[in-house]
Amino acid sequence: MFGIKADWSLDIQERYFTLDDYEGNEARWCSGCGDHAVLATAHRILRDAQLPPEKSVFVSGIGCSSRMPHYMATYGLHGIHGRALPLACGVKSRRPDLDVWVATGDGDCYSIGAGHWIHAVRYNMDMTVLIFDNQIYGLTKKQTSPTSPIELKTNTHPEGASLDAMNPNTVTLGITNASFVAQVVDWNPPLLHETLKAAHAHKGASFVRIIQRCPVFVDSITKELQEDASRLRLLTHENGIPVAKGVEKLFPDSVEHDPSDMAGALRIARDETEKGIIPVGLLYQNQNIPCYSDLSGQGVETTDEEKIAATNAALDVFAI
Amino acid sequence: MQPQTKQEHIVEIVSDSGEGAQKCGQTFGTISAKMGNGVWTVEIIPAEIQPPARTPSGASGIRIRLGSKEITNVGNEGDLVVAFNEQVLYSRIANGAYKEGTVVLLDNRWESDRSTEIQQMYKKAVAEFRDHGLVVHELPIHEACLKVVKDPRKGKNMFVLGMLCRIYNRDKEMGRNEIALTFAGKAEKIITSNQKLFDAGYQFAAEQLGEYFFEIPTREDRSDSPMVVTNGNTAVGLGVMASGMELVSMYPITPATSASHYLADVFPAAGGFVHQAEDEIAAIAFAIGASYAGKTACTITSGPGMALKTENIALAVMAEVPLVIVNVQRGGPSTGLPTKIEQGDLLSALYGEPGDAPKIILAAATIAECCSMVVLARKLAESFRTPVIVLTDANLATGVQPWERPELSRDMLAPPLDQSEWNSDIPAYDWDEKTGLSQRPIPGMPNGEYVLTGLSHTKQSKVSYESAENQYSATMRSRKLATLQSTLTPPNIHGDESGDMLVVGWGSTFGAIEEAVDNLRTTGEKISSIHLRFLSPLEPGLTEIFSQFKKVITIEVNYSDDINAPMITTENRRYAQLAMVLRVQTLADVDCWSAVYGHPLQPEMIGNVLQERLNQLNKKTGE
Ligand SMILES: Cc1ncc(C[n+]2csc(CCOP(=O)(O)OP(=O)(O)O)c2C)c(N)n1
Ligand code: SF4
Ligand SMILES: [Mg+2]
Repeated sequence: MFGIKADWSLDIQERYFTLDDYEGNEARWCSGCGDHAVLATAHRILRDAQLPPEKSVFVSGIGCSSRMPHYMATYGLHGIHGRALPLACGVKSRRPDLDVWVATGDGDCYSIGAGHWIHAVRYNMDMTVLIFDNQIYGLTKKQTSPTSPIELKTNTHPEGASLDAMNPNTVTLGITNASFVAQVVDWNPPLLHETLKAAHAHKGASFVRIIQRCPVFVDSITKELQEDASRLRLLTHENGIPVAKGVEKLFPDSVEHDPSDMAGALRIARDETEKGIIPVGLLYQNQNIPCYSDLSGQGVETTDEEKIAATNAALDVFAI
Repeated sequence: MQPQTKQEHIVEIVSDSGEGAQKCGQTFGTISAKMGNGVWTVEIIPAEIQPPARTPSGASGIRIRLGSKEITNVGNEGDLVVAFNEQVLYSRIANGAYKEGTVVLLDNRWESDRSTEIQQMYKKAVAEFRDHGLVVHELPIHEACLKVVKDPRKGKNMFVLGMLCRIYNRDKEMGRNEIALTFAGKAEKIITSNQKLFDAGYQFAAEQLGEYFFEIPTREDRSDSPMVVTNGNTAVGLGVMASGMELVSMYPITPATSASHYLADVFPAAGGFVHQAEDEIAAIAFAIGASYAGKTACTITSGPGMALKTENIALAVMAEVPLVIVNVQRGGPSTGLPTKIEQGDLLSALYGEPGDAPKIILAAATIAECCSMVVLARKLAESFRTPVIVLTDANLATGVQPWERPELSRDMLAPPLDQSEWNSDIPAYDWDEKTGLSQRPIPGMPNGEYVLTGLSHTKQSKVSYESAENQYSATMRSRKLATLQSTLTPPNIHGDESGDMLVVGWGSTFGAIEEAVDNLRTTGEKISSIHLRFLSPLEPGLTEIFSQFKKVITIEVNYSDDINAPMITTENRRYAQLAMVLRVQTLADVDCWSAVYGHPLQPEMIGNVLQERLNQLNKKTGE
């Protein structure tokens, strides 16, 4: 990471990147907002990977969390509400060389963008998808989101949300070609770091639901979880998210779960709805699922001559 | 016996769907084009995939207009029709497709059908057709096919092709070769069986229909340049390839889809990729993502798909993302007439997005332009850093015509992906104050990092809610259209530069309007026409051109109120779409005539309308 090789010789790098090289505009989220933690983690992951800033693209929709690209010094595409995933898939489609990240909210992904969410899982294009789930619509000021707990009082449901919260992990896991499904909380920096690092390293679409603090509108939801860690269940495994001993100690409830076990993953994910036990860690990973980006990226090297020849051959068929 | 010379003829083949009438007609059209005739073919498509057999609504078929000069539209009433059953003719008659004297060659198998009900339907229809003035010949077509094959439902079309080739004195060997080309890749057995049917049909016509033997002389105005024969959607596909695009991102919708079907076949050889997205919103978002990343992309759709794309189009306008959007217009609103023609999306293309969303809009007038305009659109999109909408329609999409083969060159192609270092002193939107133009950084370029956003932004692409910034950036985006207009030349005037009446058209009505105008001019009317290809910005010089005519009228295939209809006044009359735009832009009292019959406008229909308006005009001015 500091350019020193295993044999202690100095690796001559033309460019060495520091955190500064990834930090964009000053973040304008509220103080105490969980988004700050995710941003700082992303900066560090890119710095550790020494990825040239011009090679990463952060794509987002609309929402508080979707402002993330502005706070990166990489390329960014701050799109429209709900459409982050198809925009990101488009970026990746013919540019397999780019490192693509998606920042999306619970409203952005699970509500208005739900159709794209399903299909992006199926496309399994190589990208890291961060779903900032504060269980509320933040930017538009406290409306019910699909993951808002039942009875949560919001501006659209002043008497309390009438429907049970959606369980996004069971959905993601249920979609054909799910290849990386993880969940994490924003207030545990080492775990957040390891989870995003694993997601970033995975080839395919990595979906990470980040349970995120929004102290302004729904302080109580995450405060309860922060205060009572027994509501969280840490997933451990040698193939899972690496957890330092000190971190593991913070979780009274932890189970060993093999991320290649889909049935187990679904059972654990369902416990969130049925028993209120929220898993953190790697629910599922399968490295053998084909990536649509490998297919869509074919032919990017075609030369002008080849293009003209192919078009001429196509015209020949209709020649009279 | 010598064939009778005809300057042009309109032929139809009408059947139940699945009987191959379209393949027969396309092949006949290709043979005729190869023999040097002007040709336009258009398919008659029922709305359902498998409509009930022997019903008027199930009419499926094709019209071929061939002549000894360039043919640019479907023409008026048919001259000769081959019908596989009598019921399908009813809907064609209702559509005004035939006239007194139209020759109908009808398969007589229904006369002796096992069902007495069908026998009676058949007899009744034949009598009605004759009353209607059609010249009906009842012919044992089915029976004759049975002598060659066991199941004439498959193959009758090639028998009919043989008949037509004899009637129009086509080169017989060319016909047989064309069959071999049509069925290329199929088993030899299939090719020879179809060729046998073709021979039988040829002989059948010679024996039974000797009186119908025509010669359509070759086009004299035919250019020596190599030609291709395709429909408009294939031409769009060829344009996509010729322009060096890399991605077509689409969602199936009639009548646009066949362009993508075609590309799915041939695009990979040019390194391209067709992405079938989960919906039209995703389709355009995907294309925007690719374009942002420096890869030229296109999305192809029709009206309802355009409606879904609007929010993303606005994003592309706001963030200045080059993008080609092809809208193969169909009848609307809502699901409307999915398989039929309309020019109903001009205003929504112009104004469909929230806020001010200036963009370039082109309209193809011919099948050749379906190809060349995609190439042009790709270039304009890149140079002006904007989405470009290319409007075509169902008439162009399914019409087949020979057109000059484009000579491909490197400068048609998109430039290679630029990954050189960006000068960090240059902001992401370095708007040139005079033109509004700017260069864009592409992800991967060192020092070019910026965040594209649909929010109001500064030159640096920083989100800004400042009123002055918003006003300035809106001005810069709009200025690009004025800049483009300054490079355009006024439209060609078809006819004299001044006179009584100027007809203005756009899109696929081009051929029909010019034909109508030519016919009126031969009777001495002082009428001319112009046809617009640029709809945003408009071509320059219109005010001056309009001022040279007593009256200006648009002819369009969209809805407008008839000024003489009940309740309609000059204050509440809703104008046709181009007329509305022209009235605003030129302050001329532009009149309009438009209709939404779902079929292409026939020259005769346009001619009658114009004649009537000319008569009114001359009465008013006392001439
Ligand atoms: C088409 C459209 N509909 C509605 C909106 C308004 N809108 C903006 S953000 C948002 C919800 C944001 O919630 P979420 O995705 O959870 O993000 P958060 O702000 O909580 O991070 C809505 C409804 C919009 N911008 N566009
Ligand atoms: S409203 Fe909530 S989610 Fe939005 S920035 Fe503030 S704390 Fe964060
Ligand atoms: Mg939210």
